[in-house]
Amino acid sequence: MNCRSEVLEVSVEGRQVDEAMLALLHTILLHRSTGKFHYKKEGTYSIGTVGTQDVDCDFIDFTLVRVSSDELDRVIRKAVAEFKDALGNSGSDGMGQISLEFYQKKKSRWPFSDECIPWEVWSIKVNVVNLANEQERQICREKVGEKLGEKVINIVEVINRHEYLPKMPTQSEVYNVFDTSLKDVQPYLYKITYQITDSLGTSVSTTMRRLIKDTLAL
Amino acid sequence: MDSDLSPQDKKDLDKFIKFFALKTVQVIVQARLGEKINTCSSSSPTGSDWFNLAIKDIPEVTHEAKKALAGQLPGIGRSMCVEISLKTSEGDSMELETWCLEMNEKCDKDIKVSYTVYNRLSLLLKSLLAITRVTPAYKLSRKQGHDYVILYRIYFGDVQLTGLGEGFQTVRVGIVGTPIGTITLSCAYRTNLALMSSRQFERTGPIMGIIIDHYVERPFTNMAHMHPCSYRYEGGTYAGIEDSQEVCTTSFSTSPPSQLYSSRLSYQTPALGTVDLCHPTACTAAAHPHQMVVPGKEGGVPQVPAQPTHGTAAEHGRIPSCPTGQSPQLAPPTSCVFLCLQVHPPPSPAPSSPLQGSLHSNTSSHSGGQPQDDFVMVDFKPAFSKDDLLPMDLGTFYKEFQNPPQLASLSIDVSVQSMAEDLDSLPEKLAIYEKNIDEFDAFVDTLQ
Repeated sequence: MNCRSEVLEVSVEGRQVDEAMLALLHTILLHRSTGKFHYKKEGTYSIGTVGTQDVDCDFIDFTLVRVSSDELDRVIRKAVAEFKDALGNSGSDGMGQISLEFYQKKKSRWPFSDECIPWEVWSIKVNVVNLANEQERQICREKVGEKLGEKVINIVEVINRHEYLPKMPTQSEVYNVFDTSLKDVQPYLYKITYQITDSLGTSVSTTMRRLIKDTLAL
Repeated sequence: MDSDLSPQDKKDLDKFIKFFALKTVQVIVQARLGEKINTCSSSSPTGSDWFNLAIKDIPEVTHEAKKALAGQLPGIGRSMCVEISLKTSEGDSMELETWCLEMNEKCDKDIKVSYTVYNRLSLLLKSLLAITRVTPAYKLSRKQGHDYVILYRIYFGDVQLTGLGEGFQTVRVGIVGTPIGTITLSCAYRTNLALMSSRQFERTGPIMGIIIDHYVERPFTNMAHMHPCSYRYEGGTYAGIEDSQEVCTTSFSTSPPSQLYSSRLSYQTPALGTVDLCHPTACTAAAHPHQMVVPGKEGGVPQVPAQPTHGTAAEHGRIPSCPTGQSPQLAPPTSCVFLCLQVHPPPSPAPSSPLQGSLHSNTSSHSGGQPQDDFVMVDFKPAFSKDDLLPMDLGTFYKEFQNPPQLASLSIDVSVQSMAEDLDSLPEKLAIYEKNIDEFDAFVDTLQ
């Protein structure tokens, strides 16, 4: 099975990075989250209800829709904040990429750890621009809002192709497909990584460090 | 076409399509109310949340939708449309977008109705939630209130897109294949927000633009033909909104149908392995074939009369503004409000089916680059000014004196006078001031 890979690109002002990333990541997670599964005897299960929440952006003319889960929102915000800090500290021209990867776990024999097999990866490439005055910022607010709208349409288009999704698991397998750690919703297993591109265009290998760290943590 | 579908599957599918249509209308109308929508996730299914999504039902909207459907379902050649339009306080109106729920003849015979179709419809509703916040009408609806309101109309039958003007764009929300056809959900939206005011046309020729006058009397007092929406948004809950009375619990059960409650939707997982949601299940010898029991009754909702009229349009419903959440932008009394709107639509996805292609308008202005005359000027109509005009009316005065000439003292040619010269002339000036010091003192005394 080949992993499906989608790339989205946005150019934003520094203060818009958080909201732009949240808008796109939450839109993807809205479609890749279900209600909590409640397994009963004999292989039956019921599914909880997913609520949604409109959030107005402060620095972009855009309203994002996210899953009503404060826990999930906190996790995503933390990842985006780390990415933004890395962008700011890199001293580069403000280019980077944040990736949201959905994966399944596959049990391996001892002594090998479980394998993580990605089935969908969304990469959001960010280019941070500097603006000279308030008029440019106002135009940027509107333009970035429109751009995010285009990206949401792109995301929806990909999702509605109804390509590969992991099979619905039995109770013993659910942890290999879904993130069951949240109390109100259940996204597919995912991980967020990022890369910062320095001014020479080469990528700093923070991703490798994080991936290794995640693998060892399993 | 239906020969391979079991009666139970057909019944389930009809029910899914019906409630999908009703929930689609709710999502669209609620997204145009002018407020942010929040619903809570619940880890335990409540039994009334169709498609595992918390979408509240505004009773009036459900009523209008059922009236428009008149007992029928969206099907091939029978589309359900939700038209969103804007109406100004002066009575001018304009269609903004039309959402179309259609079905084409492309069938997917192998798809499982009970879970694959159901889950894909759920995904499509999530996409609808996202897309309704992206089209241009969303921003307009968030600013509705004193100057204009947003209206909705639900109709059933042929799609009507002529009211959207030239160059309208289409965005496809998504598709779901079913054994009886492919459900398509799309939105055609206006890009040219020029409004032909019929009253101005009589006097001075066509005036383009939307005129917003903040100082008009409270509008919409005589809206007898509109449906007042009685709901209020209070404290995070909708007073007057009912949870769907239709039972839709997606409880997936392994018991045979006779042992199941009639109010539970159920299917069975094989005893071995996992259930494949997207691909045909290879039933194992140990597993029972999946069994479906659908809600046998419709709760408290009355049955629709069995004499539908095709193409019946529900009456206009007015989506109210919520003044508590909105503060109208007030201009100072002597200023005029002038709105010039240009929409930069996101590029529509390339049409992938004849159905999609047919929704594009004949003009392709979006692909060839926008003509430069898309910016339209609104006639300057200041507040309180009359149309039968004095030679120097308020509008002309304002235009003429909006850019007064610069003060002479600020336009000194700096290259002529240097700082050294300034400093040289200072002692002279000081001497003159000292000579006239008595006058200055007398002046200061008069001020005290």
